[in-house]
Amino acid sequence: AGPAFTAACAPRQGPEDGDRRHRQLLEAVSALSGRAGEKLVLSELLQPIRAQSALSSVKKQLSKVKQKKAVELPLSKEERERVVREAAYVKTSKDVGKWQPVVLQNRRAEQLVFPLKQEIAAVAPLERVVSAWKPRTPLEQEIFGLLHKTQQPVTDPLLTPQEKASLQAMSLEEARRRRAELQKARVLQSYYEAKARREKKIKSKKYHRVLKKSKRRKALKEFEQLQKSDPEAALAKLEELEQLRMEERMSLKHQNKGKWARSKAIMAKYDLEARKAMQEQLARNKELMQKVRVELPEEEPGDVPEEDLPPVTIPVGASRANPWMLGKPSDPAKEPEVQEAREDAAVPAAVESKEEEEEEEEVSEEEALLQEFEQKRHTEAVPDPQGDSSVHPLCDEEQPSAGIEPPPQAQEEILLSEQLDRVQTMEEVEALASKEPSEEQEQQPAAAGAKERASWQEKGKAGTRPAKKPTAKEKMIRLESVLSEKPQEIQCPSLPLVMEEEEGGIDQRGVISEAFAGDDVVADFHREKRKAEQDGKPQALNLVLPGWGEWGGSGLKPSAKKIKRFLIKPPPAPPRKDQHLPHVILSEQRNIHAAAHQVSELPFPFEKHQQFEQSIRTPVGPTWNTQRAFQKLTAPRVITRAGHIIQPLSAEDLASAASGAKPVLETAPKQREQPPRRPHKRAR
Amino acid sequence: MRVKVLSRNPDDYVRETKLDLQRVPRNYDPVLHPFEVPREYTRALNATKLERVFAKPFLSSLDGHRDGVNCMAKHPKSLSTVLSGACDGEVRIWNLTKRQGIRTLQAHEGFVRGMCTRFCGTSFFTVGDDKTVKQWKMESPAYGEEEEPIHTILGKTVYTGIDHHWKEAVFATCGQQVDIWDEQRISPMCSFTWGFDSISSVKFNPIETYLLGSCASDRNIVLYDMRQSTPLKKVILNMRTNTLCWNPMEAFIFTAANEDYNLYTFDMRFLSSPVMVHMDHVSAVLDVDYSPTGKEFVSASFDKSVRIFPVDKGHSREVYHTKRMQHVITVKWTSDSKYILCGSDEMNIRLWKANASEKLGVLAPREKAAMNYNQKLKEKFQHHPQIKRIARHRHLPKSIFCQIKEQRIMREARRQKELNRRKHSKPGSVPVVPEKKKHIVAVVQ
Repeated sequence: AGPAFTAACAPRQGPEDGDRRHRQLLEAVSALSGRAGEKLVLSELLQPIRAQSALSSVKKQLSKVKQKKAVELPLSKEERERVVREAAYVKTSKDVGKWQPVVLQNRRAEQLVFPLKQEIAAVAPLERVVSAWKPRTPLEQEIFGLLHKTQQPVTDPLLTPQEKASLQAMSLEEARRRRAELQKARVLQSYYEAKARREKKIKSKKYHRVLKKSKRRKALKEFEQLQKSDPEAALAKLEELEQLRMEERMSLKHQNKGKWARSKAIMAKYDLEARKAMQEQLARNKELMQKVRVELPEEEPGDVPEEDLPPVTIPVGASRANPWMLGKPSDPAKEPEVQEAREDAAVPAAVESKEEEEEEEEVSEEEALLQEFEQKRHTEAVPDPQGDSSVHPLCDEEQPSAGIEPPPQAQEEILLSEQLDRVQTMEEVEALASKEPSEEQEQQPAAAGAKERASWQEKGKAGTRPAKKPTAKEKMIRLESVLSEKPQEIQCPSLPLVMEEEEGGIDQRGVISEAFAGDDVVADFHREKRKAEQDGKPQALNLVLPGWGEWGGSGLKPSAKKIKRFLIKPPPAPPRKDQHLPHVILSEQRNIHAAAHQVSELPFPFEKHQQFEQSIRTPVGPTWNTQRAFQKLTAPRVITRAGHIIQPLSAEDLASAASGAKPVLETAPKQREQPPRRPHKRAR
Repeated sequence: MRVKVLSRNPDDYVRETKLDLQRVPRNYDPVLHPFEVPREYTRALNATKLERVFAKPFLSSLDGHRDGVNCMAKHPKSLSTVLSGACDGEVRIWNLTKRQGIRTLQAHEGFVRGMCTRFCGTSFFTVGDDKTVKQWKMESPAYGEEEEPIHTILGKTVYTGIDHHWKEAVFATCGQQVDIWDEQRISPMCSFTWGFDSISSVKFNPIETYLLGSCASDRNIVLYDMRQSTPLKKVILNMRTNTLCWNPMEAFIFTAANEDYNLYTFDMRFLSSPVMVHMDHVSAVLDVDYSPTGKEFVSASFDKSVRIFPVDKGHSREVYHTKRMQHVITVKWTSDSKYILCGSDEMNIRLWKANASEKLGVLAPREKAAMNYNQKLKEKFQHHPQIKRIARHRHLPKSIFCQIKEQRIMREARRQKELNRRKHSKPGSVPVVPEKKKHIVAVVQ
């Protein structure tokens, strides 16, 4: 085998040589393997070349080859397919797994709205809509024309051209200046406030009194000055005063009705100072209520000699603040004159004198009603006997024309007078109190007799009399109430009413007690409870058999000994739960009828019975919840719309879910579910 | 004395127009409204009763076929259009609003085995017993034109089912193997085989559209991946699966309608046991279709009834049947999830409401609010025995009723027997097999 191998290992001869050698090698190998039943082993082949160092590299290579294992057989077709399938399945399930969060989210969602891709109604810009739209009907054209004429903004900025222009006109510097101004104003205001607060804190009464007095004086002086320098401003001031008066009339200030006044009223009996304080307050009230009188130039010519004004009839006390008080819409041309006249005449009247009010004016016929109304107001404020005479003729004129509804003030008057009448006849008819006041009201205007008028006069003469009269009759009247009522001069309708109410109350109580005379609910309840207790007690078991062990028969009783032996007493029942609850009977028996409607075991999703009970106990209905909460509580889990095709999920949903990190199926925005509501303006 | 005067904002009580409802201020003080629970309970009871009173699910029956309805297809774009194929090879297109057939065509010789619409709604495909696949226009031919398919593919074997890809011009047929076709070619793009048995149904996954599922008569369900042109996995059940349906909202969930009266919902990632076993039918389940909301599905059964199952519940929430309805072969849930269509042996297609007591038509907002409230109340008090009793009550035909009873007895006997066996044998030798595992024979890679 030696030479053959060397030949095989030297392949660098010519091709023809190689062929030959190859053949030789094959022969040698076949000779080797030709040995019967023997295997050719590599080591055998290598043995002879051990000595030769030139072949060592080949030897190494061969030994390496020897270490390597044989290549495995290729897999069968089925196995190969299985491997491919496995790999594919793993890949695909991983792929599909990306839907897991979306699916979970949808399963847990409070509300799902299908179809998922809602076409959001694209809101076209208003300009486009408006430009596209054209008025067709005459009405539309008219409205359009109007809108166009006034250049009302139709589009979004909602600014008229003028506004826009003004906005543009304001430059940066101007804005800055303006801001600085505002800042300054704010600072000043805060200083002023601080000062006022500081002054307010001063407790000294004297200080305040002095302050007030000085203020008043100052105001007076100022006013006088103003009168001289700027008659217009003075008039405005006057008007302000008039305003003040109106406010006073409207409010309940200085009427001795407040807490302070009431406490003073209590003290008035004993304390002179308190009485004085009350008087003061009342005086203030009167003063404030005082009519700002306008002196007509004819009446006081001495005051205004330099100005000769045309005789203008001015409605008395027609305050310019209240247009309704003006009988006629006065001429704008005349007005300034009137103002001047008033300004000159009225100032002293407004400040102090009330005696000047007594004079009455001549008035035009058509304003008679208004005047009378005003006068009544006067008499209310200042009761003076002389004013009455002037009132009467007017009233006489008024009364016969009863067709016209009297103004509310007059109605009040009638009601009050009627009260007086009744008081006069009170001795005879106590029962009249039960009569309905409305009935009397109706009667009153009809009876426009002289008697009525007489009563009116009476009332005029004695202002406080109506208040005093009931005191004579009734001993229930308290001093405080009289004192407090005095300034208002209400003819005390309250006193008899109080009586009525009290009587009625007693009656009511009597009726109720009469109606439930037989019922003693408390005793009944106690009896019931006692019975329930008795029933609840365990009964003794009676095993006594008469006749056993002793004589029996009619009329014979088993002996005490026997009874004692055979009467089996049960163990005492546990203490009742309502033992210490006197108003309650607790029954521990199971109600079979209710049990049919009760849940016997804890339902599935709940883990504790408290949870379940809680879920049942919270009401969802509109009776117990506000509209909004009700809608929220009863929102359905799945909302579908009729006529809308619901497409299956798609890859875009997943992408959006991944990128936006929001649910693919959004929980419905609640407002979508609510019925369309009208927008509420909540301007306060 | 200061007199406090009531002052209210007129906006709170003045209506803007006289058509507005008057605002009624309410005091929600719970003291004024006592007995919440009993009052709500009564309301819930009444709502439940009313629900039962108004449960009239049957809307109409579409008649016109002259043989049993074998398959149906929904129109992808039009809610009012539905297609049906009968056992005599006739295909009808129906208008549901008019409840009339609008077109009839003789598509095949013998059964129409399966049909599907193209995703765009312009054409539809049918396969029949005559070994052909035909593509038809959705519109009826113009006057004078002949009723002819756009394409006809002649195959070597009978095709038993067809489904169209949800987005591409690709469809899949099944017969001896599952073939994926390009619409433009007359030979399949690729074919999947795994074993040698007839495949009864193939369905594309609506979400991951490259996925397919098929069920064969050798009791297995096979999943395929169109991209990798290889089957993925096979699960072998106790009995044959008739058809399956993918959940349109959950990519990996599908439900299989089985011959053993049950339906199995699987997660395709974990095929070793179903997610849920839905039992209630008393005969082979022939068809299943998901509601487009993915929350429920409807199943048609050989026991002449249609049942609606929630996906996560083991039992049905509703059963529909009529005296005249025979074996229901095919069922579809309309794409607005409001109606159910079922085609049965006796040549009729029936239209049902998906929610038996739902009021159809436009609801006033108050009506809607009341409905929602009632629904909520029913849900809240559903565990109370009286309400549960009323809500669960259904009328069943005698045959189904008796069969259910029989099934129950059989199941009980089997369970008892197993218990006994376990009791009398070495502990651990008779393992407890959960219901979900019982029906799975093997999962093959």
